[in-house]
Amino acid sequence: MSWLRALPGRIGAWLGERFELEDSVLAVLRHPVPRALERPIGWWYVFGSATLAVFVVQVATGVGLAMTYVPAPNSAYDSLQFISHDATLGAVVRGMHYFGAGAMVVLVLVHMTQVYLFGSFKFPREANWLTGSLLLLATLAMAFTGQLLRWDQDAFWSIVVAAEQAAHVPVIGDWLARLVVAGSNVGGATLTRFYATHVFLIPAAVFGLIGLHLYLVIKRGISEPPVPGLPVDRPTYRARYAELLRRGIPFWPDAAWRDAVVAALVVAAIVMLAALLGAPDLGNPPDPTNVLADPRPDWYFLGYFALLAVIPPATEAIVIVGLPLFAFVFLFLVPLLWPDGERHWSRRPTAIAAVVLPFIAYAALTVAGLQSPWVPLLEGGELPAKATQGLNDTARRGATLFVSKGCWSCHQIEGSGGRKGPDLSRVASRLGRDQLTARIATGGGGMPSYAGSLAPGELDDLVTFLATRKEGAP
Amino acid sequence: MNELSRRAFLSRATVALSAGIAALVGLPILGYLLAPLFRAPADKPIPVGAVSEFPLGETKLVSVRDPSPLAWAGQTAQTALWVRRREASGPAMFQIFNVNCTHLGCPVNWKAEAKLFLCPCHGGVFYADGSVAGGPPSRPLFEREWEVSGDRLLVRQQGLPTVKRG
Repeated sequence: MSWLRALPGRIGAWLGERFELEDSVLAVLRHPVPRALERPIGWWYVFGSATLAVFVVQVATGVGLAMTYVPAPNSAYDSLQFISHDATLGAVVRGMHYFGAGAMVVLVLVHMTQVYLFGSFKFPREANWLTGSLLLLATLAMAFTGQLLRWDQDAFWSIVVAAEQAAHVPVIGDWLARLVVAGSNVGGATLTRFYATHVFLIPAAVFGLIGLHLYLVIKRGISEPPVPGLPVDRPTYRARYAELLRRGIPFWPDAAWRDAVVAALVVAAIVMLAALLGAPDLGNPPDPTNVLADPRPDWYFLGYFALLAVIPPATEAIVIVGLPLFAFVFLFLVPLLWPDGERHWSRRPTAIAAVVLPFIAYAALTVAGLQSPWVPLLEGGELPAKATQGLNDTARRGATLFVSKGCWSCHQIEGSGGRKGPDLSRVASRLGRDQLTARIATGGGGMPSYAGSLAPGELDDLVTFLATRKEGAP
Repeated sequence: MNELSRRAFLSRATVALSAGIAALVGLPILGYLLAPLFRAPADKPIPVGAVSEFPLGETKLVSVRDPSPLAWAGQTAQTALWVRRREASGPAMFQIFNVNCTHLGCPVNWKAEAKLFLCPCHGGVFYADGSVAGGPPSRPLFEREWEVSGDRLLVRQQGLPTVKRG
């Protein structure tokens, strides 16, 4: 029976010899990396492989979803409902794809932040950073096109919004918009384009770029942890690094085990989230004739969505087109402008600011996007009892008008109403009757004029109601 | 010398042939993918409904159907429009608005009591005549051309993008 125990080893040896794995795959796996990665600092070097692991999750679950998803406008929504509710393990697979998408975006950014703060993008690894930047672009494009394939009300109107944003590009804006929707309107030809882009075009680019990125990682070697006061000097760096590698450790298995630990944790978290929470809920079916839509992107794009609401309208073309362009041009220029000098973050205060400030700004915008105070409330509407009790008939009619004429959509009273305009709970303490009347009739400062839609008696009733809203009012 | 120039010729010929293959395959595909740019949308008026369906002074949501949709277009063959009946007759009889907000294209909602269009995305507000009342939009709602034929109201097609026009 001893030959049975020896069999796996013999098969392995046969394959290794016939495929010459010793010179190729195994040699690459065992490429030397700096000995410093043995120390706990090695834990900072795991995010690239964790991203790659999640990408594999996305490919596997994506292929699974494509087995059932029907990329046609009249069937896509129903096929997604089937995947989410009826197909065996469908909710888990779709959930993994969803949480995997979020993990991709987060991990790519974490990986880039680490590389940036460690100064690993500097000579001779500039091309690693450039291919990585393209992979970030591809990841964001995958996240965006994937959300549109959900093909619910949000997705439908998001495409409309995307086309209108594309239209802001100078000169070729109209062309771009028509390319986005594959025609003059979101219709039968639109979804299949986004589908092919999401499952063929961008993934093909991602496969190629990952190959190039890994090739460069092996060719250039993994950067040694930065040391304050030890700058990159182009004429001498390669020799110093070669010397470092002579005392290096093999990537496999001395460093690779950390990558495996983190990748396993990340993938386990994705599977767990998917198993516990399932696939994200679909909105209403897509319907161009249903104007009750409030399209908003998944959480990692909410900050950008919020930005479009809070900027002055005059700057829109600049922000929509210029800001992403600036961000990516900056990203590509980073290794070309600063290829040498100090690597350690403690000697690069502006680099820390370049990471922290955009992060804080985007977090603040995301919070604003979650709250969306600029959105007028369109549905229902009722003032709390304590704002209406004890009013005389005139003021009571005014309170009714406050809701029916749309004041409530943008103004709060006692915690009820929209937050686009000022809270009017105590407005009579700030404004007299005449000022209230003038403000309502003429509008201004973002508020519509109501002169044309309120009868004189109605305006009086409304002002009488608002005059009751002063300090000490219930 | 001869040997070298022969090699130079062969390598150039190989590169040229490869580029030729790429062009042979690429051009039809590129043309196929860019086709939507060169296909003008059909420009014949489509029926909205009977004139009598639109009471004077009211603004109603209607849906019109793309006259030649792709067979699998489903609900996307429909387009919504806001129709405002201004006068009993004459050239100012109707205003027909695209539902798309002129800010970024979200659908605006008509609040009949307040006589305002409200946009749910970024809070754009428009008056009954489509002019801007507040929020980020800088242009009035896009109006479509219409005509009355007999007792039928017809509207002209209008594609995206709407932001830059009107």
